[in-house]
Amino acid sequence: MDMNLQNQQIICVACPKGCRLNIQRDGDQVLVSNQGCKRGVEYANGEMKDPRRMVATTVRIQGGRHPLLPVYTATPFPKARIKDLLASLRSVQVQAPVKEGQVILENALDTGIPILASRDM
Amino acid sequence: MMIRKCDIAVIGSGPGGLAAAIAAKKNGAKQVLLIERDREPGGILLQCIHNGFGVEIFKKDLPGPAYAQHFINEAQEVGVNFLLDTMILEITKDKRIFASNKTEGMLEIQAKAVILAMGCRERTRAQVRLPGARPAGVYTAGTAQRWVNVEGFMPGKKIVILGSGDIGMIMARRLTFEGAKVERVLEIMPYLSGLMRNYVQCLQDFDIPLQMQHTVKRIIGNERVEAIETVAVDNRWQEVPGSEEVIPCDTLLLSVGLVPENELSRQVGIHLDPLTAGPFVDNYFQTETKGFFAAGNVVHVYDLVDWVTGAGLRAGESAALYTNNKLQMNNKKIAIQHGQNVHHVIPQFLDIDSLSAREEQLQMRVTKPLEQPVKVQVTDGKEVIASKALPYARPGEMVTISLKDKHIDLLKKAEQLVVQIAEREE
Repeated sequence: MDMNLQNQQIICVACPKGCRLNIQRDGDQVLVSNQGCKRGVEYANGEMKDPRRMVATTVRIQGGRHPLLPVYTATPFPKARIKDLLASLRSVQVQAPVKEGQVILENALDTGIPILASRDM
Repeated sequence: MMIRKCDIAVIGSGPGGLAAAIAAKKNGAKQVLLIERDREPGGILLQCIHNGFGVEIFKKDLPGPAYAQHFINEAQEVGVNFLLDTMILEITKDKRIFASNKTEGMLEIQAKAVILAMGCRERTRAQVRLPGARPAGVYTAGTAQRWVNVEGFMPGKKIVILGSGDIGMIMARRLTFEGAKVERVLEIMPYLSGLMRNYVQCLQDFDIPLQMQHTVKRIIGNERVEAIETVAVDNRWQEVPGSEEVIPCDTLLLSVGLVPENELSRQVGIHLDPLTAGPFVDNYFQTETKGFFAAGNVVHVYDLVDWVTGAGLRAGESAALYTNNKLQMNNKKIAIQHGQNVHHVIPQFLDIDSLSAREEQLQMRVTKPLEQPVKVQVTDGKEVIASKALPYARPGEMVTISLKDKHIDLLKKAEQLVVQIAEREE
């Protein structure tokens, strides 16, 4: 067996099914098996090279029904920078009214990923 | 007392109620009244700010409030009437609903059909009988979720969570995001009670330790929680002497299961299934009391909101047909029993003739994790009528099998149906 080959089992979080993916790494190559759909292959590749997660949190809102507006990242966000993202969102405050899907922050931490409002308020 | 009349009254505006109201309207019901005790529609989705909703229906990964917003907007577009901030006190068998609110005082609502969509409630400390003192700092995970995500305050700083349900794991991550330290998640069973994906992205990602076959032995503290004493349990839930550990903390969150909320259904006299704590329903989601339908988690607790929406759509459609005298009421219905490895099956009754028009899904929960390939089978007690292979079956993930028109002949010969999950060779 090739000495560079690394076997690993991870659980796909692309959807609630939670497929148990078998991963073989051969240098830059990521070989995936046991996936339920093609999103598993994408997830495994991402997890090996650039792990990302959807992030959902809240920001302050003025003039709304509640003191907080729920927000989320439009696409999965680099996992290693989630803490920094949360810290930067602590200083964000918006003014009601806000529409669901409205851009709250255009380019979070220069990742190019926008932060969106999760509801009308 | 003010009297309002409507064709269909929907009780609760969470995902089940919203879907039911929309479907009722779209299927020809004239006046659909959606009654909600909160000041805004949406139900528990409004506090579920995490992603993971809508993967089946919208093929998108939405947060709870965005998922709710879609259906709130649609309900408004199709002309559903909302009655918010209104508490229902009593429902009678002849479909009179007594309620109260701030602007109208006491009111009576008269409906031709009622759709129950009250959802479910969390099990509380009293229901899992935790010994020890009664200090502040013991909350259900959902209460903490409402505080942190909607109202803007924290339940505590050092947290222990009992139960590996989805809400508990999601709150472990959420509280970590907001600066709390989650010391431990304890699960009395030898397996996870929520979804694996939540274990990965809520606990594993943040190095939050999960201990299986562990529970709370004692809550310590008088004014406020000061610590939790934990203990390991064996396969029969007996405490393992000497395994005790004291974890200093100021908060204990409980994520120990959800129970369908049927106080109003019970008052009406609707027959409830002790296995699900929800009403017995047929494939139209009609209860055993004529003209009363049930949608979503009030029937049994689903693991995906997409399926709650699906159930709500069906209940709403059925109720609209009922009010227009188009719902088949006299067809013979066959009882569906749970067999080997199956805890319960929804619906409990099936109108076989309905299969000529559409396929019907049977949804079930398994009693224990089956980590090898299995076969889901619908039988007449002896012969297999329908079968479906699965790579595994787990209690945290609902299993479905559908029956189609090609099964009608065999089904008609059956006295009853038994749904079972058989282990198969690889």
